[in-house]
Amino acid sequence: MKIKKRRLSALAVLALTASVALTACGSDDGGDDGDDGGSGGGGGGGSSSITMIPKSLGNPYFEASTAGSQRAAEEFGGQVDEVGPTGDAGPDSQVPFIQTATQQGVGALVVSANDPTALCDSIEQAQDVDIKVVTFDSDTECRDLFVSQADAQGIATKQIELIADQIGGAGDIAILSAAANATNQNEWIGLMEEDLEANYPDINLVDTVYGDDDDQKSFDETAALLRANPDLKGIVSPTTVGIAAAARYLSTSEFKGKVALTGLGAPSQMKTFIDDGTVTAFALWNPDDLGYLAAFAADALVKGDISGEEGDTFTAGDLGDYTVGADGVVVLGDPYVFDSSNIDEFDF
Amino acid sequence: MSTPTIDRAVDERTYASYARPLLWRLVATREFAVFALLAIVYVYARGSIVGFDGPLTIYFLFLESAPIMLLALPMTLIIITGEIDLSVASTMALTGAMLGIAYTKWDLPFLAAVGVAIVVGLLCGLVNGFLVAYLKLPSLAVTVGTLALFRGLAEGFLGTESISGFPERWTDLLKDRIGGDSSYPLFVIPLAVLAIAFGVLLHFTTFGRGVYEIGLNDEAARFTGVDIARTKLILFMLAGGVAALAGIYQSLYTVARGDSAVNLELQVIAAVLLGGVSIFGGRGSLPGVLAGVLLIAVINSAMRLDGVRGEVTEIVIGCLLVASVIAPTLLTWISGLVPGRVPRPAAPPSVGTTPEPPASGGSSLKS
Repeated sequence: MKIKKRRLSALAVLALTASVALTACGSDDGGDDGDDGGSGGGGGGGSSSITMIPKSLGNPYFEASTAGSQRAAEEFGGQVDEVGPTGDAGPDSQVPFIQTATQQGVGALVVSANDPTALCDSIEQAQDVDIKVVTFDSDTECRDLFVSQADAQGIATKQIELIADQIGGAGDIAILSAAANATNQNEWIGLMEEDLEANYPDINLVDTVYGDDDDQKSFDETAALLRANPDLKGIVSPTTVGIAAAARYLSTSEFKGKVALTGLGAPSQMKTFIDDGTVTAFALWNPDDLGYLAAFAADALVKGDISGEEGDTFTAGDLGDYTVGADGVVVLGDPYVFDSSNIDEFDF
Repeated sequence: MSTPTIDRAVDERTYASYARPLLWRLVATREFAVFALLAIVYVYARGSIVGFDGPLTIYFLFLESAPIMLLALPMTLIIITGEIDLSVASTMALTGAMLGIAYTKWDLPFLAAVGVAIVVGLLCGLVNGFLVAYLKLPSLAVTVGTLALFRGLAEGFLGTESISGFPERWTDLLKDRIGGDSSYPLFVIPLAVLAIAFGVLLHFTTFGRGVYEIGLNDEAARFTGVDIARTKLILFMLAGGVAALAGIYQSLYTVARGDSAVNLELQVIAAVLLGGVSIFGGRGSLPGVLAGVLLIAVINSAMRLDGVRGEVTEIVIGCLLVASVIAPTLLTWISGLVPGRVPRPAAPPSVGTTPEPPASGGSSLKS
C-alpha cells in the first residue's frame, strides 16, 4: 500500500518535472516565433493602422465618431480598430489600451481623453516608438494634434443665425444657459451679444437665465422667463440639458409654435420636439464628421504629409481642406444644423 | 489496550503529514497550481500572441499592476486572519489627493508631502484597525463604511479637479528601467524588497505564526498568547500605509484625482484569493498571491493584445476565480471516489464504533 503510494507520487513528480522541462524548451521556441510575429506587426504599423480610444465604449456619441473614422479609413486605405474602457471610466482607465497599442506598434492613436494629464506618460511612451497621437472631442496636454469640434465664434454665430432666421430677424429673445460661472457658456454668450449688436439691430436680448444644467431647474426657469416676458419671440439655449428642458416646457404650453427655441442639443433628446413642431432647427457638431476628420489627420501624420506644425494643410476626404491652427488644433468647422430633414440619421 | 490507542493516535493525526518527500509537498499545493498556470499562460502568450514578446510587455505589466501588487501584500495577511479590508482603494485615492494638496496647495517640499500622504494612510488604517480589533466590529461592515467615507473625503477635497505636475525627478524615476534598458522598471526593486519583507513577516516570524493562528482559531490563538487585537491593528495600519504608497505611485504615474482606483479593492481581493488564500482565513502564502497578481496581469495584457474586448477578459478571470474556489472541494470529493486514498474527514466515524479509546486518548492529551 505504502509502496504503491510512493510509486504514484514518484510518477506524478516525474510527469511534472517533465512538463516543466518541456515548457522551458517551449518558451525558447515560443520566443523565437513571437519575435518574427512581432516584427511583422511592427512593419504593418507603417500603413496607417489606427487605434481609436473613445472615453468609453457603448456611448452612441462615440459610436458615431468611430463609424466616421472607419468610413475615413476605407477611403484612405487604412484600418481603424476601436478599443476602450467599458462602463465607469476613471482617469487612468485608458492607459492600458494606449500601452497595448504601443506594444502592437500601431501607426497612430486617436483618443478622446478622460483626463487632460493622466494619459501623458503613456502617450509619451507611445510617441517614443514613433506612434502619432491625435486627440478629438477632449484634449490632453501632450499630443501631436487636437481635432476640435468647433470654435467658440462658430458656435455663437451659428446659434444667432438660427434664432434670427426663426423669429424673422426682429423681436425679443432670451438665453437659457447652464451654470452662471461656466467658462465656455459665458464665452459663447459674450460672442453672441457682440454678434447681435453688430449685425442684428432689431433683435433685443432681454434676459439671460441659468438652469445649472439641471433638468428641473431649466424647466422652471423657462416657465418663469415666459411669464416675465410675454412678448418673447425666441429662446437660445447653448446647452443640451437646457434646450431639452425648455422644449419639454414649450411643447406642453400655449407658447408651443409661437416662441422659437434653438441652441445646442443632442438629436436623440430633441427628436420628439422636432417631430411635434416645438423646435424647427438646432445645432451641434456632428461626431461622425469629427471621427472622420480625426482619422484623416492621423493618416496625414503617419504618412508624413504634415507634422502638426501651425500652418500645415491636409485634405480630409469629403470635408475638404484643413489647416492646422495655433497649438496644433484643427477645427472641424461650423456647427452642424439638425432639423426634420436629417434628425432620423443620428442616434446619439 | 493502551498500545492500539497509541497506534491510532499516531496514524490519525489531523495535521498535514510531513512524511512525504519535500518535492511532493512543494508540488501538491494550490500555490504550485497557480505558478504552473502562470507559466503556461505566459509561455502560450509569448508563442502565439503577436506583440507579447516585445520589450515593452513586461515593463507595462509591472507599471500597470504595481498598485494591485502593493495592496495585495497586506491584504494577504488580513485575509489570513479571517478579516477583510475593502477600503484600500479608497485610502489610495485619499492619500493621492492629500499628496497633491500638500504639494500644490500647501507648497510643501515633495518628500514632506509624501510624508503627509503616508501619515494619512496610517490614520485610515488606524480607524479601521481600532474599530475591528478593539471594538470587535465585523471588518466587512467597518471597511464597507470606510470605503465610502475615504472615497467621499477624497472627492470632497479635490472635487473634479485633477492634480499633476509633481517633480519630474520623481515621475521619471518611476518610469526608469533597471540598468537603463532592461524590461523591468526601477520600481520593481522597492516592490520586491517590500514583498520579501511581508513574506518574512508572514512566514518566518512569531507575528506571522500568530496571523495564521488567528485565522484558524482565534480562541486557541488567544490561549497560546497571541495578542489578537494588537495583531489586527498592526495589519490594518500596514494596509493603510501600503495603500498610501500605492496612492503616491498612482499619483506620480498618472494624476491625483478623487475618483482614481475605483473598484481596485475587488481586483486585489480577487488576486489574493486566486493566489490560494482561503477567504475563511488560516491558509495561504505570499508567493502564491504574487503569482495570482501576475496571472491576472498576464491574462489581461495578453487578451488586450489579442484584441479581445474587456468584458470577455473579465468573464475569463471571473471563471478562473470561481474555479479556484471550487477546486479544493472538488479535489476532496474526487479523492474520496478513488479507492485506496481515504480522505481524512472519513476517518473519524470508523473510530466512532469504539467509543472508549478516543476518550482515554483525549484525557491523556490533557494530562
